[in-house]
Amino acid sequence: MPLFSRIPYTQAASGAVNTAPETAFAMPARHNGPNRSDWSDWPDWPGRMPDRYGRAKSAPDVTALLSALACYAEEYCMRQGLTWRLILTLLVILTAVVYLLPGTSLVQNSSLKRFLPDARINQGLDLMGGIHLTLGVDVDKAVENSLTQTGQAIRSYAREKNIVVLRPHLLAGETLEFILAKPEQQAEFDELLAKSFPQLVMGSSQPAPDGGLRYTATLRPEDRREMTSMALKQVLTAIRNRIDQFGVAEPDIREQPEVNRIVLQLPGIKDADRAIQIVGQTAHLEFKLVRDDVDPSRASRGLLPPGTEVLQLQGKAGTAPVDIVVNKEALMTGEYISDAAPAMDSQNNQPYVRLSFNSRGAGLFERVTGDNVGKRMAIVLDGKAHSAPVIQQKIGGGVASITGSFTTVEAQDLALVLRAGSLPAPVTILEERTVGPSLGQESIDQGVKAALVGGIAVILFMALYYGLSGLIADLMLILDVLFILAGMAFFGATLTLPGIAGIVLTLGMAVDANVLVFERIREELRAGLTPLAAIRTGFARATVAIMDSNLTTIFAAIVLYQFGTGPIRGFAVTLTLGILASMFTAVFVSHLVYDLWMGPKGRKLSI
Amino acid sequence: MGLHLIPNNTNINFVAMRKISYCVSAFLLLIGLAALVIGGGPKYGIDFAGGTIAQVKFEQPVTEDAVKQALAGSGLDGLVVQRFGDDGGLSYLVRVSSTEVKTSEIRETVARDLKAAIPDNLADIQRMESVGPKVGEDLRSQAVEAMYFAVLLIAIYISGRFEQRWMVAALMAGALAGGMYLLGLVGIGKGWLVLAATIITLALCWKLKLVYAMGAVVSILHDVFITVGIFALMGKEFDLTIIAALLTILGYSLNDTIIVFDRIRENLRGTTKGLTLVQIINTSINQTLSRTVLTSGTTLFVVGALLVFGGGIIHDFALVMFIGVIVGTLSSIFVASPILLLFGDTVLAQADAEKQAREEAARRERLQSRTGARV
Repeated sequence: MPLFSRIPYTQAASGAVNTAPETAFAMPARHNGPNRSDWSDWPDWPGRMPDRYGRAKSAPDVTALLSALACYAEEYCMRQGLTWRLILTLLVILTAVVYLLPGTSLVQNSSLKRFLPDARINQGLDLMGGIHLTLGVDVDKAVENSLTQTGQAIRSYAREKNIVVLRPHLLAGETLEFILAKPEQQAEFDELLAKSFPQLVMGSSQPAPDGGLRYTATLRPEDRREMTSMALKQVLTAIRNRIDQFGVAEPDIREQPEVNRIVLQLPGIKDADRAIQIVGQTAHLEFKLVRDDVDPSRASRGLLPPGTEVLQLQGKAGTAPVDIVVNKEALMTGEYISDAAPAMDSQNNQPYVRLSFNSRGAGLFERVTGDNVGKRMAIVLDGKAHSAPVIQQKIGGGVASITGSFTTVEAQDLALVLRAGSLPAPVTILEERTVGPSLGQESIDQGVKAALVGGIAVILFMALYYGLSGLIADLMLILDVLFILAGMAFFGATLTLPGIAGIVLTLGMAVDANVLVFERIREELRAGLTPLAAIRTGFARATVAIMDSNLTTIFAAIVLYQFGTGPIRGFAVTLTLGILASMFTAVFVSHLVYDLWMGPKGRKLSI
Repeated sequence: MGLHLIPNNTNINFVAMRKISYCVSAFLLLIGLAALVIGGGPKYGIDFAGGTIAQVKFEQPVTEDAVKQALAGSGLDGLVVQRFGDDGGLSYLVRVSSTEVKTSEIRETVARDLKAAIPDNLADIQRMESVGPKVGEDLRSQAVEAMYFAVLLIAIYISGRFEQRWMVAALMAGALAGGMYLLGLVGIGKGWLVLAATIITLALCWKLKLVYAMGAVVSILHDVFITVGIFALMGKEFDLTIIAALLTILGYSLNDTIIVFDRIRENLRGTTKGLTLVQIINTSINQTLSRTVLTSGTTLFVVGALLVFGGGIIHDFALVMFIGVIVGTLSSIFVASPILLLFGDTVLAQADAEKQAREEAARRERLQSRTGARV
């Protein structure tokens, strides 16, 4: 039967009034072969569809054309007879089973597994427990950091050319300010800037009060854009590394570049706080020189010497942190770390983290420790000083340690994030959803119960209401569920709680297509058609309505998929698959079953 | 033959009831609106308002007051305790309005206070959700946008499919998209933008005489607003799953409407001599009545199963679906089809023109084949 049937309507008599004569059977008569000469009984070609002004259109419109094509294709299929349709149906069912088998425990452990596709329906976070996180990446901060670094770079580049640059620092509005000490070097300095720092847009230079020349610089917009997207990518990579090292099975980590966000799904995680700590920690490690010559209490009076700042030094467990004054500029940062591992101090049973530097870092560390023997060096992580040991001697070998009041787990996690790399920009948690495994199991149980109750009720009702035809509809319903699940396995879709609701809902709505066909067949029977003719006309007529109405629900589902995340997407997927499956079964498979049941001569119809 | 719930050949004059049904619809809309206004706008869940919730499950049933008292001294901002699901007082939802406090701290506070006040009844925090205000705002505008685009897409599809006017429909979509973009540049809020666009869509449907699209869009809006109103009246909160349910309702209600429209279109193409549009619409509704009732029945049944057995998390989702399926079914009978009457002339003229053209084409073809045969 045509998928998009276009019955010549002038003949379609069971229309406005229910007094359809025998001529209501409007489908083209079947012919024996494709070599027919008289095509006049074929459905009307849509090119001749009139427009609303009554003119026969010259250009066929698209849907009508498609429907007509589908119609002719179907007609062709019909001519090929039952065998062809039976084979197609069985093939589809077989494919569905093949895709479903790998998910069953029966096959998991057998040798059959090798021959089957590696398809499985994943469970969503809401079913298996886990964490969903949306992280906002502070890319502005990344830009500021980068500008600050550029300032340092300008100073050291200039120093190589014997140009003195003073106090590079950041102003509001992402502007870098620095001062050229000797104005007579201006030409040379400008050349250096243009050659080595093309990403900077220089403002006009003005004389500074102390006789130098004041420069301001901002980033070119395109460079800034690139920098922010780089920062987002780097954060993504670092977080991915951390998650990998933390050992989460099948994490889902995506970026949303237009809003500078990262969305993570970590299934099966039980300790939410720990996971958040690992993902969200910036882990920016700095080694800073402690200025024991400055009294920290001067900070409250605003009397700190330039280039210094006050940090809190975490005390041993149970003691309050104390203030220390350090140099703002770090001696060294964590970027040279090649490895980090948790370790245990045998003397006081205190966990700590042992760091190894790469060769460049080892050299640098040896130099800065050698330069500052006898002074204290603060080990600062994300703005907090963890310890500030006195440098006893030059430290070679590229090994350092971070001690502090860590628990074993904290030491482990800190080692992990240092190993995986720090985040170039800090992140904040914008959205956090944690589901415990117990709730997930409850949800599954409840969802399955609802599905069973709803499904069985619908199956009983259909059988009761439509007799044998109802049983056909029930068979279609079971096939629908089979197809939905197989489709999910095929696409690697995730089953969520709303997804289960979607399947349950489809059970109710899938019946719709069958009901449409059955009601139409009943109508045609009442109009006096033979069962065979009634089935044929009923299917043909109902198909148009089924197509039209179901497509709109698919539209809604597509919008839903676009809009939603996680659980909602799961719902959109099962809903769409359910509608597609029910269209296939109700229009194609159930028609086939009827044709098989009726045989060529037809028999009494139970509907 | 099987059972018949709806007798064959019903001939209920649905169209004549349209005045009553309009009144009922208006009444429901007003009640919903009143509920919304009195409540100071819709009550948002944390998805849209931001905040933190913790779902707590006790080992033995506890009273709501006991939980409230236990947490009274916690010092958490805007603390609300609600019963969750219907497991007889085992599960509670603790909501905190602030997102300043870390989730881990809220978790600790809640666990500690509950343990202190209700010591021999272990409380398990099964679920924690925390949404920042920025994300909530984004989700809200996305949700409204999604609803609007679904409606627009559907209007285009119906205009194209039912009235063969894809071009007009596409132009309408283009104009709207452009208009939305321009208005967006001016910086009008998303909600107002969508409202404006919806009104423009309706006006365009009216002006361009996209009759069926107009009927469908009005009935969809009708269903969504009434469902939202009733839901608000019940004092429930809107969150992401509710939006999902509303979008599904949108699809479902349309499904129903289209079945009836399809029948009207088909009947208009048949013999309409001596029949008025009212009669045709009535016949069509009656012919599809059995199907409408059956499908709504089975759908309501499974939704009911979800409502009763599906558990707390999808309870509200199922509730919205339940209301929506009822409203959607009624609206396709009482609202969508009578709207066609507003355009009575257009509908009939379209159908007549179509029929004439068809006959004309058939005649020309017969002529052609005859002359062709002669040559």
